[in-house]
Amino acid sequence: MREILKINKITKIYKNQFKALDELSLNIHEGEIFALLGPNGAGKSTLINTVCGILNFDKGDIKVNEFDIIKDYRQTRSMIGIVPQELNLEAFETVWDNVNYSRGLYGKSPNHQYIEELLKELSLWDKKDNKLRELSGGMKRRVLIAKALSHEPKVLFLDEPTASVDVELRKEMWKVIQKLKEKNVTIILTTHYIEEAEEIADRVGIINNGKIILVDEKKNLIQKLGQKILKIELAEPIEFIPNELKNFKLQINKDKNILTYIYDTKGKNTGITSLLSEIKSLGLQLKDISTEQSSLESIFLNLVKESENELARA
Amino acid sequence: MNWHGLKAIYFHEMDRMRRTLFQSLVSPFISTSLYFVVFGSAIGSRITEIEGVSYGSFIVPGMIMLTILTQSISNASFGIFFPKFTNTVYEILAAPLSSFEIILGFVGAAATKSLIIGTVIICTAGLFVDLHIEHPFIMMFFLVLTSVTFALFGFIIGMWADNFEKLQLIPILIVTPLVFLGGSFYSINMLPEFWQKVSLLNPVLYLVSGFRWSFYEIADVSIYTSLITILFFLFTCVLIISYTFAKGYKIKS
Repeated sequence: MREILKINKITKIYKNQFKALDELSLNIHEGEIFALLGPNGAGKSTLINTVCGILNFDKGDIKVNEFDIIKDYRQTRSMIGIVPQELNLEAFETVWDNVNYSRGLYGKSPNHQYIEELLKELSLWDKKDNKLRELSGGMKRRVLIAKALSHEPKVLFLDEPTASVDVELRKEMWKVIQKLKEKNVTIILTTHYIEEAEEIADRVGIINNGKIILVDEKKNLIQKLGQKILKIELAEPIEFIPNELKNFKLQINKDKNILTYIYDTKGKNTGITSLLSEIKSLGLQLKDISTEQSSLESIFLNLVKESENELARA
Repeated sequence: MNWHGLKAIYFHEMDRMRRTLFQSLVSPFISTSLYFVVFGSAIGSRITEIEGVSYGSFIVPGMIMLTILTQSISNASFGIFFPKFTNTVYEILAAPLSSFEIILGFVGAAATKSLIIGTVIICTAGLFVDLHIEHPFIMMFFLVLTSVTFALFGFIIGMWADNFEKLQLIPILIVTPLVFLGGSFYSINMLPEFWQKVSLLNPVLYLVSGFRWSFYEIADVSIYTSLITILFFLFTCVLIISYTFAKGYKIKS
């Protein structure tokens, strides 16, 4: 797959000497939805703002469609759209004027038909003559997306696109993002909602302390790194976990009838067979058995924790 | 050159004036009329003529300069400060625009607004006094040069300011006193010798003097000195802006 964005060993140090990006490298495939996950202060927004030219950086190089973002800034910036995290809009302008203004800034000649279609697609058409201050938070978020798409970019950065929007609107936003992917727009989004990455991303990157600690296909990530949970429901409740089962580090629920066993899918020996044999030999009757795939959230938390530990050791 | 981007900034800024058209045009009309009532009629009745020009007519160039200077500064400083304040500046920084295009858009719009207001003042003045302009092209040249120069100066203030207080600080504490003490409403020949020499340190005096010369061929200092002063100030502003904008000072980390 062709790489549309190549970030090579980028370092960004703020004036207060905080190293926000630490020799960070990342490649983004054309037409994919890439979710960048990370805790607060990990460097997500700094990375986006650096690629978009809003922030300067100290070392490294960034290429968009093989154009350097410093030397060929006109070409690269024309290809990029950005939806910022905050709802920053001019209060007294109308939706129509403001979106057309954005298109002009990016060097595109007026195209009222395209802007009309865009506003209709984002359910903003009936609000086109409204002043921006009259819009709700969700509507403002849509306007920001319309502004970012007004110049028909190839790459779209969405910095926390569904932050502080209700569930319904979030799902609508996901639909909008999927539609953009169908039009071959490459989408890079940062998010706090793991559910969002699980739902719409093709690949996931995890960033912490200004470094990418992992990039993989979402499915692979869950499969490769995920742990599975085996739930064993007993026919009769038990007082305590028998000593014979201690090695399996089981957990028991409040009703004392469900045993939970966490195992690693990567391991050769999952321990399931011996656990079930032991249960049988103890004479415990089973009612049901089920497994659960661990979520991206638990993977994310594990990785961030590991990276913090590594940093502490260093 | 990103012409569409330049046009977008220019018309976006001009649109601010359209949204407050009444305030933008009526305000200079009223203040000019007030100046004529206070200075022209009240004081002018005691000072009949200065160097052969009626006092009412004498103060017209100074009044235009006063407005042009303050309007150019406030329009340009507000123009760049406002997107910084509302955090919408990200859009300008992320757009394929060079520093030159951004500055040209903001400064061009601020200077245009000042010129429109300057024209309103000239027309208003024509209602009160018999206005005669000896060198209309030189007058226009001075008007454009001053608008652009002080719009550049305002742009620097807007970049530097990180709150509304700072935005007003230089215009109120430095620019307005300099304009009032720069011979806008009097000739420095009317001052004692010591204060005449002190007045020569005021750069605004050279602008007002040159501008007045284009109207009536009377000046406190030579027209060439006035021209060199304004060009020097223009050049200094361009240098400061080019340096600070390229470094991203207070706009880009």
